[in-house]
Amino acid sequence: MLRLYDTELRSRLLLGTARYPSPSLLIESVKASGAQIVTVSLRRESGGERAGQGFWSIVRDLGARVLPNTAGCHSAKEAVTTAQMGREIFGTSWVKLEVIGEDETLQPDVFGLVEAARILCGEGFEVFPYTTEDLIVAERLLEAGCRVLMPWGSPIGSGRGLNNLFALKALRARFPEVPMLIDAGIGVPSHAAQALELGFDGVLINTAVSRARNPVGMAAAFAQAVAAGRAAYEAGPMEPRDLAVPSTPVTGKAFLG
Amino acid sequence: MKILVNGDSREVRAADLSGALEELGYGGAVVATAINGEFVPAATREAARLADGDRVEVLAPMQGG
Repeated sequence: MLRLYDTELRSRLLLGTARYPSPSLLIESVKASGAQIVTVSLRRESGGERAGQGFWSIVRDLGARVLPNTAGCHSAKEAVTTAQMGREIFGTSWVKLEVIGEDETLQPDVFGLVEAARILCGEGFEVFPYTTEDLIVAERLLEAGCRVLMPWGSPIGSGRGLNNLFALKALRARFPEVPMLIDAGIGVPSHAAQALELGFDGVLINTAVSRARNPVGMAAAFAQAVAAGRAAYEAGPMEPRDLAVPSTPVTGKAFLG
Repeated sequence: MKILVNGDSREVRAADLSGALEELGYGGAVVATAINGEFVPAATREAARLADGDRVEVLAPMQGG
């Protein structure tokens, strides 16, 4: 069972709700993924179109917990205000905290992130910080009161998988008790399986599912990969070696040469 | 008075945020609000006085990753 703050979850796959070809494909993809948490956002609402109202009724019917994000915020102040607005609208203290530092890579501004995390934890939020693999930043986020970390695999939407394996393994090893979800950069199910095999507790996927040729099929594939990766982690993977080791016993082999 | 609503200049008669939302077509909508970058909880919208030039943000649920 995955435990995030005080919530226990069967599924280790979190799904984003953006960029699906249609609302019905979003609904079907969430079902196929088995996700119990979906991420959502806040955007300007027009008094005429009221587009957000329809989306909200779709999300409420999904039966999943919502994790509101602060996507697009470039300062701690902006992220804090967005989080406060999200808490009221979505009725949850959970927030996926994003403070973006740079537009090309959407790399987190870790200084703004720690500052916003400290304020929000102080206001009773349960913060899921979108961070890098940096150990000291992770330490500061935990000091600020975060009890979950969401390190990136690679830049948001890039589909490049786990870009910095060495640092991600170090982060996992340094804080073995902290639930960690790989957020961003997962492109294909094997990336997700790899993250779980390494001991990460879950993954957050969006673009890899929503922009697949068949989002529903891809959501199901991710569900299997996450389950397989977790099962492999629990089963204890072998240590890799540089040289071959015969798997068939050598002892007792006939001398026929 | 003239205020900025989601970046657009709008003329409103109401003197408080609650009245302005009603006037602008948000009646009954699930939205969260801020004035000049500060969150204004739904319960305090009636008490939130508007001044000429205020920047009002009206946000609603949207798709996100």
